[in-house]
Amino acid sequence: MEVIYVRADRCVGCKTCEIECRIAHAEEKTLFAAVSQARPPKRRLFVEQGETGKAPVICRHCEEAPCIVDCISGSIYRDEQGFVRRKKERCMGCWSCIMACPFGVVVRDADAHIAVKCDHCPDLDTPACVAGCPTKALQLVDVDTLPRERRKELLLKKEV
Amino acid sequence: MERSTDKAVTHVLNNHKGGKQLQTVWDRYEAQQPQCGFGELGVCCRHCMQGPCRIDPFGEGPDRGICGATADTIVARGLARAIAGGTASHSGHALHMAHVFKKTLEGKAPDYAIKDEAKLKAVATRIGIEVEGRPVKEIALELADKALSEFGDNDKALIWAATTVPLGRIEVCAELGIVPTSIDCTVAEVMHRTTYGVDADPINILLGALKCAVADYTACHLATDLSDILFGTPQPVVSKANLGVLREEAINIALHGHNPLLSDIIAQVASEPELIAEAKKVGAVEGLNVVGICCTGNEVLMRHGIPLATSSVSQEVAIMTGVLDAMVVDYQCIMPAVATVAECFHTKVITTMPIAKMPGAEHVAFNEENAVESARAIVRQGIERFKFRNPDKVCIPQESSTAIAGFSAEAIIGALSKVNAEDPLKPLIDNIVSGNIRGICLFAGCNTVKVPQDHNYVEMVKKLLAENVLILATGCASSTYARHGFMTSEATKKYAGEGLAAVLTAIGEAAGLEAPLPPVLHMGSCVDNPRAVDVAAAVANKLGVDMSQLPVVASAPEAVTEKAVAIGTWAVVGGFPTHLGVVPPVLGSKLVTETLTATLKDLLGGYFIVEPDPAKAADALLAVIDERRAGLGLS
Repeated sequence: MEVIYVRADRCVGCKTCEIECRIAHAEEKTLFAAVSQARPPKRRLFVEQGETGKAPVICRHCEEAPCIVDCISGSIYRDEQGFVRRKKERCMGCWSCIMACPFGVVVRDADAHIAVKCDHCPDLDTPACVAGCPTKALQLVDVDTLPRERRKELLLKKEV
Repeated sequence: MERSTDKAVTHVLNNHKGGKQLQTVWDRYEAQQPQCGFGELGVCCRHCMQGPCRIDPFGEGPDRGICGATADTIVARGLARAIAGGTASHSGHALHMAHVFKKTLEGKAPDYAIKDEAKLKAVATRIGIEVEGRPVKEIALELADKALSEFGDNDKALIWAATTVPLGRIEVCAELGIVPTSIDCTVAEVMHRTTYGVDADPINILLGALKCAVADYTACHLATDLSDILFGTPQPVVSKANLGVLREEAINIALHGHNPLLSDIIAQVASEPELIAEAKKVGAVEGLNVVGICCTGNEVLMRHGIPLATSSVSQEVAIMTGVLDAMVVDYQCIMPAVATVAECFHTKVITTMPIAKMPGAEHVAFNEENAVESARAIVRQGIERFKFRNPDKVCIPQESSTAIAGFSAEAIIGALSKVNAEDPLKPLIDNIVSGNIRGICLFAGCNTVKVPQDHNYVEMVKKLLAENVLILATGCASSTYARHGFMTSEATKKYAGEGLAAVLTAIGEAAGLEAPLPPVLHMGSCVDNPRAVDVAAAVANKLGVDMSQLPVVASAPEAVTEKAVAIGTWAVVGGFPTHLGVVPPVLGSKLVTETLTATLKDLLGGYFIVEPDPAKAADALLAVIDERRAGLGLS
């Protein structure tokens, strides 16, 4: 399964990912249209300042997703590719998902009165945030092959 | 992060009655986190509409912009434009002064006059105007024309630069091709060479930036000279500094900004019995209380002893005391947020300059041709607001420190002449040679939201004073030291090392103060930085060395503005190692960073030292001072 990997040491905090995310969730997929929309699109990931650096905080699409467990209206569900998404029409704005999410990446859309979260850009080959990151701090990785790559890297390092 | 180390500012931040929705510079800073790394590194270019372009600092993405500009080119261009921005500001300030000076001589600005004839003659003589046997007005008119011509297209080196720095500096600048012939044409040249498709050689761009910084120095020096001629050369004056100078029973009017053309006239009219009576009539039993903020505050502090309320980063906090009836501003360093904060109180923010208006403020045009009437109208606006003051929102802190200010170069030489009338510089030089004064450090620049207010200044000065370094201060650096009690005789006893304390005591006693001089000398506003150069140049000339050999350093530990970048750069051109406590947006280019912090040392003697840690910065400056002393054969 492909997931978004955050290389925090590469993040310069430019927030291009946040802008690309909003454009991807706008009615028309351009920056100028997105900023002109009556209700501008909400971002679904958040660049934050930590003690030692900056990094985007993003939905992990957890296997045991607390937001799905706690969603009482059946709005939050897992799609056929395995990503945790939200059905707009079923959300009743109880905010259980917001309280359940340990990463703080489900938020309230105060205009639409519904919860908003990352949907992994189902219509795109690569999520907009990953495609837009100018320093490649966001990358798509396969969680099934990543461990093996890590092990290889470790051995290579030891040989040096 | 702690917001301020100033107790008065902290008290108001914690206890103000402006309501929870009130936001200050510190809240807005937090909301901006994290800030864009491309901007922080200086590798974002928006100079053409094919862009914006960004260079990947990690080397995986683009290594040049669409036009082909590398990180080195982009960073150099950005720095040059910052210096041009600063120079344009000082040019605007100086040109404004020159216009009013000319109008005064032509009888078109009757409320201004030549207040300091001795300074007029000294400046005239220095720039080659015949003084002997000529009427004052004739000398002044020639001087005004020479001043105005500094801004236009000339073929000779700028007079205000060429006549105020030692010959050695002029030779170094001529060799590098960084001698400007016009203030404004040099700003325009930087804008030209950094626009799409002109100068791409980072070193050549940096040389253009250095030349522009010399133009900035010229504008600053010219502005200071004309201020002194029109309003008097500052002499030591005792006043108070910090928010505790605001008074519940008076109409409090804050003067904020930079140019004394407005603030000096308001300072004058504020003592008029009619206006004081009007203030009392509306219920302010203590009458009018005019206070200063930022650099215009320094101008009126030095010349009128007007107390200083606070400095630039905490300008909103003055309003949050709930007793500020009007904030009168001209230009530079005035945050548009003051009008928003004022909405939570009764304070009226009054803009006065045609080029500096802000939403939410009231604009009352200041007319130099009718200055006193204009000033009275502005003061009356403050008086009118008194009745809207809400007693429940009053939050005046206790803190204010005594501050001795007004140490112009002339005042320093004057004090020294009390020790040795025939050769005033001798006592200073003798004590530098003996090591009683290990070196001199000029603190300049702003207060930044990125550092707890004043922290870097105070930590550095304690260490340097203990090591017998004499401290000069200008701009918001001087405000900091005034607010923290470093501009008193007691501070000399408390902080100065043995040698320095002995010197300051001897001069203070000779000057009839019956107490030591303060260990930090308030030399004026930020535009007044050339006053420090005048002292250094006099010492260098007397010793027959170049300024780049003197144990003199500069520091802007909490710098903010483009003006500070310009001033810091001309300090480097002047041969002074210059510390910056905030990292400027240049680290995206190794070449530019290396040039500023190392290569310039070989070329100019001066260079930048970037060190955010104040203790390490003080150590670095002490090491430089010792290196310079060794170079002069002093132990």
